[in-house]
Amino acid sequence: MWKWLHPYAKADRAYQLCNTLLPYFAVITVVFMIIGWIWGLAYAPADYQQKDSYRIIFIHVPSAILSMGAYSSMAIAAVIALVWQLRNAELAVIAIAPVGACVTAIALITGAAWGKPMWGAWWVWDARLTSELILLFLYLGVLSLYHAFEDKKAAGRAASILAIVGVINLPIIHFSVEWWNTLHQGATITKFDTKAIDSSMFWPLMVNIVAFAGFVGMVTLMRLKNEILQREKHRPWVRQLLNRG
Amino acid sequence: MQFDSFSDFIAMGGYGFYVWLSFGSCALILLGILVSSFNDTKRIMASVQQQAEREARIKHAQQENQA
Amino acid sequence: MLRQHSYWQLFSAVCKKDLQLAFRQRAEIVNPILFFLIVITLFPLAIGPEPGLLSRMAPGIIWVAALLSTMLGLDKLFRDDYHDGSLEQLIASSYPLPLTVLGKVVAHWIITGLPLVLMTPLFALLLNLDNQALIATVLTLLLGTPLLSFIGAIGAGLTVGLQKGGILMSLLVLPLYIPVLIFATSAIDTSTMSLDYSGQLAILGAMLVIAIISAPIAISSALKVSVS
Repeated sequence: MWKWLHPYAKADRAYQLCNTLLPYFAVITVVFMIIGWIWGLAYAPADYQQKDSYRIIFIHVPSAILSMGAYSSMAIAAVIALVWQLRNAELAVIAIAPVGACVTAIALITGAAWGKPMWGAWWVWDARLTSELILLFLYLGVLSLYHAFEDKKAAGRAASILAIVGVINLPIIHFSVEWWNTLHQGATITKFDTKAIDSSMFWPLMVNIVAFAGFVGMVTLMRLKNEILQREKHRPWVRQLLNRG
Repeated sequence: MQFDSFSDFIAMGGYGFYVWLSFGSCALILLGILVSSFNDTKRIMASVQQQAEREARIKHAQQENQA
Repeated sequence: MLRQHSYWQLFSAVCKKDLQLAFRQRAEIVNPILFFLIVITLFPLAIGPEPGLLSRMAPGIIWVAALLSTMLGLDKLFRDDYHDGSLEQLIASSYPLPLTVLGKVVAHWIITGLPLVLMTPLFALLLNLDNQALIATVLTLLLGTPLLSFIGAIGAGLTVGLQKGGILMSLLVLPLYIPVLIFATSAIDTSTMSLDYSGQLAILGAMLVIAIISAPIAISSALKVSVS
C-alpha cells in the first residue's frame, strides 16, 4: 500500500517531487496572500469594540496557528527520521525549523503590537503569549543544536530527538502556563468573546490562514531542496541540473 | 471598501501605527526568509558549478600531461 | 556477549561508581550547594531584606536557584565517560543502555538534588519561610529535582560530543524545565495560603513517573548519536 512512497526516499526523486509541488504552493501563497491582505486591511468591517486595531488578527492568528502546525510537522518528520532512518526526513526537520521560528516570531511581534493598544502594554504575561515565546525557544534550540554539530549526519539525528522531546513537552508546557496564568492573575483578558466571529471577518481570516500555510509549505520545500542539494553536492544528478539551466 | 480616503486607510482609525507595524514586520520577516532561501540555492549551485569546473580543469591538465 | 550480571547489579554498579567518583573529589557535591546558597544570598541583597517580601518570593527564588544549580553538574554527567571512552564501551556492551543511563541519572540526583532537599530548612530560615511552606518546599524539591536531572540528562546526552556544549545545553533544557517550575512554585504558594496542594504534587509525581520511563530511552538514543 505504501510502496509508491518508497522511491521518494531517494534524494533525486525527493528533489523532483519538491520541484513539482513548489509552483502550486507558490501560486496559492501569492494569490491568497494578496487577496487576504487587501480584504483584511481594506474591506473587512471594523470591529465594534476594537475598531481597526483588530485587523492585526489577519496575520496574528494565522501565524500562531502555523507556528504550532509547523512544530508538529517537524516532530512528525523527526519521528519518521528516527524510526525509518530516512535521511530526507531529517533534512525536512531542518528545513521546517527556521520557517517555524520566523512564523512564531511574527506571532509574537503582532501579539505585542496588538496588545499595546488593547491591554496597554507591549508584553503581558498572558498564557498564550508565554507559551508562544517558549515555542520560539524550542525552535531556536533545535536550530542551534543542529548548527553546533560538525557532522551533519549526527546533527540531523540530534535535532530530531530534541524535536520529539519538545513535542512531548509542548502540551505540558502549554497547560501548565495556562494554569499558572489563571492562578496568578485572577482576571484574564479575553481576546475575543467566545461567540463565533462574524462571517465578514471569518472568511478573510480563512484566506489568510491558507496563505500562511502556503507560505510555510513553499519555503519549507525551497529549504528542503537546498538541504538535499547541499548533501548531494557531489552526485552526478546534481551536476546534470547545471546543464539544464 | 471600509475607508473613505487613502489617508483614512493609513490612519486605521487611530491604530495605524500598530496595524502597520505588525503588517510591516510580518512582511519583512516573510520576505527575509524567502530571500535567504533563494540565496542559499544560488550559493549551493555556484559551489557545485565551481567544483565541476575545477574537476574539468584537472582532467584537462592530466590529458595534456599525458600527451 | 554474555550477561554475567543481573540488571540490578548493573544499575547499582553504575550508580556506585559515579557516587564514589563524586565522593572522592568532594567539590562536586559541595559546589552546587555553595552555588545555591550564594544565589539565595544574592536575592535579599538585590530586592531588599523585608521579611514579608522575602517569604512571598521565596518559592520562586528557591526553585530558580535549584534549576541553576542542577544545571551545574549536568555538564559533567557524561563528559568524563565520553572522553575516556567508557561511554562507548557502555553503548557497545550487551546490557541495555537505558538502564545504565538510569543509574547515572540517579547518581546525579543523589549528588546534586538530594543535598538541596536536605539543606532546605536552612534556606527556609534565610528566606523567612514558615513551617507549612517549608514542608511544601521539601516535598516539591523531593519530587521535582529528580525530574530536573532526568530532563537535563537528555540535553547533556545531546551535547556531550560538542566542544562548547555547556551553554547550548542550558538553552535546550531550561525551556523544558518550565512546567516543573510552575507546578512546584504554585504548590508552595498554595501551601502558604494553608490550602490543599496535593494536586500540584500529584502532577509533579506523574511527570516524574513519565520521565523515569521515557527519559532514559531518549537519553540513550541521544548518547548513541553523540558517540557515533
